[in-house]
Amino acid sequence: MRSIRAAATGAVILSLALAASACGGGSSTGGGSNDSPKTLTYWASNQGASIEVDKKVLKPELDKFEKQTGIKVKLEVVPWSDLLNRILTATTSGQGPDVLNIGNTWSASLQATGALLPWDAKNFDRIGGRDRFVDSALASTGVAGQDPAAVPLYSMAYALYYNKKMFADAGITRPPATWDELVADGKKLSKDGKWGLGAEGSNVSENIHHVFVFAKQHGADFFTADGKPDFTAPGVVAAVQQYVGLMAKDKIIAPGNAEYAQNQSVSDFAKGKNAMLLWQSASANLKSQGMSEDDYGIAPVPVQSGTPGAGRNVNSMVAGINLAVFKNTDNLDGATEFVKFMTSDAEQKVLNTAYSTVPPVRTAQSDAAFSAPDTSVLKDTLAKSAAALPQVTDESQFETAVGTAVKELFADAAAGRPVTAESVKAKLAKAQQQMPKK
Amino acid sequence: MTTPTPRSPMAPPRAFLWSRRIFLTLLTGFVLLPVYVMVSSSLKPLADVTGRFRWLPSELTVRPYIDIWSTVPLAKYFVNSLIVAGAATVCSVVIAVFSAYAVSRYDFRGKRVFTVTVLSTQMFPGILFLLPLFLIYVNIGNATGIALFGSRGGLILTYLTFSLPFSIWMLIGYFDSVPRDLDEAALVDGCGPLRALFRVVVPAAIPGIVAVAVYAFMTAWGEVLFASVMTNDTTRTLAVGLQGYSTLNDVYWNQIMAASLVVSVPVVAGFLLLQRYLVAGLTAGAVK
Amino acid sequence: MTTTTAPAGGPAVDTSPSGAAAGGPRRRTGRLRRIGLPYLLLLPALVLELLVHLVPMVIGIVMSFKELTQFYIRDWGTAPWSGLDNYKVSVDFDAPVGEALLHSFLVTVGFTLLSVGLCWLIGTAAAVFMQDTFRGRGLLRALFLVPYALPVYAAVITWVFMFQHDNGLVNHVLHDQLGLTDKPSFWLIGDNSFLALLTVSVWKGWPFAFLIVMAGLQNIPKELYEAAALDGAGMWQQIRRITLPSLRPVNQVLVLVLFLWTFNDFNTPYVLFGKSAPAAADLISVHIYQASFVTWNFGTGSAMSVLLLLFLLLVTGGYLALTSRGRRTAA
Repeated sequence: MRSIRAAATGAVILSLALAASACGGGSSTGGGSNDSPKTLTYWASNQGASIEVDKKVLKPELDKFEKQTGIKVKLEVVPWSDLLNRILTATTSGQGPDVLNIGNTWSASLQATGALLPWDAKNFDRIGGRDRFVDSALASTGVAGQDPAAVPLYSMAYALYYNKKMFADAGITRPPATWDELVADGKKLSKDGKWGLGAEGSNVSENIHHVFVFAKQHGADFFTADGKPDFTAPGVVAAVQQYVGLMAKDKIIAPGNAEYAQNQSVSDFAKGKNAMLLWQSASANLKSQGMSEDDYGIAPVPVQSGTPGAGRNVNSMVAGINLAVFKNTDNLDGATEFVKFMTSDAEQKVLNTAYSTVPPVRTAQSDAAFSAPDTSVLKDTLAKSAAALPQVTDESQFETAVGTAVKELFADAAAGRPVTAESVKAKLAKAQQQMPKK
Repeated sequence: MTTPTPRSPMAPPRAFLWSRRIFLTLLTGFVLLPVYVMVSSSLKPLADVTGRFRWLPSELTVRPYIDIWSTVPLAKYFVNSLIVAGAATVCSVVIAVFSAYAVSRYDFRGKRVFTVTVLSTQMFPGILFLLPLFLIYVNIGNATGIALFGSRGGLILTYLTFSLPFSIWMLIGYFDSVPRDLDEAALVDGCGPLRALFRVVVPAAIPGIVAVAVYAFMTAWGEVLFASVMTNDTTRTLAVGLQGYSTLNDVYWNQIMAASLVVSVPVVAGFLLLQRYLVAGLTAGAVK
Repeated sequence: MTTTTAPAGGPAVDTSPSGAAAGGPRRRTGRLRRIGLPYLLLLPALVLELLVHLVPMVIGIVMSFKELTQFYIRDWGTAPWSGLDNYKVSVDFDAPVGEALLHSFLVTVGFTLLSVGLCWLIGTAAAVFMQDTFRGRGLLRALFLVPYALPVYAAVITWVFMFQHDNGLVNHVLHDQLGLTDKPSFWLIGDNSFLALLTVSVWKGWPFAFLIVMAGLQNIPKELYEAAALDGAGMWQQIRRITLPSLRPVNQVLVLVLFLWTFNDFNTPYVLFGKSAPAAADLISVHIYQASFVTWNFGTGSAMSVLLLLFLLLVTGGYLALTSRGRRTAA
């Protein structure tokens, strides 16, 4: 008796649920409209020292936009910890903003969802044409050969920041240009509780950015030309081993850095605990921590030999933020207009100055505001020796799997366990098996 | 008197007293250590909290307490959290009281199915229904115009159901321990069942109800996962809002600690007020 | 099961309590209302549970049979059915995904058992020790509730602050001041992370057990203690013979919900370790979160959740069967 009743109840619940899920699945698939031409919702990423700082930077610009076009922009600055989840749920439900910032490494993954407006020639024409943007920045807007899923907004590149006084004290006269030099300098600097270099060992994304560049320098790639993961290629193994080896073998990174994931290495650098730091656009950050611009120098990230350039002499990923339009926006024209506004020369100057980033727009880049020594290093790197992270749809899986593998290797190194080619290869093989099968 | 049932009129033996002293001292240390760290760190300059740990601040500063309000719109998050957790608690307790009364005092078809189903919802991993729930809210919004997603209402609804199953279960237990003679007497006196519930059973189960209310409040107060997806700028709650102190640049440890303290003080104060009821021993009094 | 058993071993009263009140011409409407009333009382809870728990869960189960990757999430009604593929991947313990899931599962089981045991032990001990009045009891009781009253994020981030390798209090005390370790240990990465997680979980969790047991102690009739005292039972014996057995109904629910919550706890490990937890502390909730939200494979994530749900159903069913049998024989 009882079980029959239970089964009946269960059946009712199930059918109710199925009915609900049937209507639940079909989120709006519309291609965008102009139903509400007077408002826009914009999700900005957290670029400044805090969310409030971002609001202060963006508000006046959005007011300008409203004055010009009569369109009111509702701004929400979404913290990085929430941004990707918010985008995912927005994608699933169709309830999202009209315009949004995305990390440029997410471009291909988000492109695959089909939720973002593709920037074909026609759309590009409405914001002044594709040619306005720097090539390296455009390379991080989606899978090659497809219409970009977003347009570049801010660009960043890695550079080597070094503490001038610590260098002088150790008798080092110029920043290292190769890794051998960096290791040699680092050994001179690592003493008395101070260390040569800082790293974010538990930060999965940072790990990826670095091992990607090392792999390039070893002539290897994490993915084959047709987009298959190839994490155990000898060059890749050597790259990961070299990076983690800075702590494990060369001992120029403090073991404590293995647990860093919240930019502690930057504040270590600002406090003079580390003499060197590999970071993207750290100036504003260092300034907010009370480090004067005269105290540190900025140089290109080292290479294996020679000078930074293409191919094996790549020394940075193309880092940056892209601006995307949600396909089912109900103010398509306004959204496009807003992208045009944000990528205009004038706005690019204002915004990139505020965030100490480099404008991905050619004409804005040549402005005098971006010729200060630190910006010019970043600009040079972006122009000559930066490569885009693999634009594959499985990028987020790649970041998680490999980034975590490197994190675990750092943990090994910090605990004093050796990091050998075998242990690296084993971790990478495991990471590769976790990638989705096609 | 509001003391709970004392064990016996005899004085406790020495061994008992000593083990109590040692145990409670150690426990107090364990509980207070992080609290001390919070308080002392909140009064330190940033350099102190990003450097080697020190027991005492190198200099006392109230700067973090001023800065917290401008780094993150803390006041707004706090109000949001209060509204969401408060409303969720009230609704959850009222609904749980009704359900528990029905289960405790009536025999009806489907009772077993109900209690087992309710309990089983406690097993659902949040991850499993985060996305579906989001879809349901969006679709309800599209169909009826009731904005559940992104609104406080949606969050209240979610949180109250989080605490509901356990609240019902606990209250069934508490209601069962209230002697039936009491409400049956009230019914004989001509009270309706609902009046018997609110005049007799509820007052007798106050400690249980307060415990359940506290639980419902804390469940809503601390939840991170759903809040991070279901709120936006204007409805964000403290649980996610506090993460704003860990920015792209730096972790403002001293501000995190200051903010945590500021938002905890009212809650802890509320606890202190309520714990009188928790130990009021009303049930024991009612039996006599 | 538990709810249908009457408290304190007495027989279940099955007659409606309003039976005596009804009579005369109002009899029929009275009976109708009597039958309808319990359902009416349950209605709000039922509707809400359906909306927020049951329907989403069924949708989740449906999802677990679909290939729900980023290519399809935008309109997941059109995602292809994948049959049992998601489940096969999850339980293939020889392959990395299944192996990692199994590892995470075992870690979670060990962690949950330890955490629940400690929470219950500390909570009960504290409640029992604080049953009698003594000076400062009110203050202590207030202090003990503080971990529970702090927002999870605030509490856990404080522990992160304390567990830091270079700047944390824990290493400062253990290494710098007491010299117990020859070099500072790592708490947030590597094998010690399990200990760190356990500490935080117990610190946050035990006050709840304390609260519930304390409330349970209120309902023990004074007469029982007095009778025991007359029989010459000492303090310890009173605790063992009266307090603990009387707490049984409370404990039965308490241990079960502590188990379920700890098992499914997401907030603590997530704030402590972020999106990718160290292997030694890779709790299943974060593991599944990673599988679904970080790598965008909601199908596999859902399948893992369903497996987890099945396991918990099994455990809960077994637990209830066991405890209610134990109770029946005891009565």
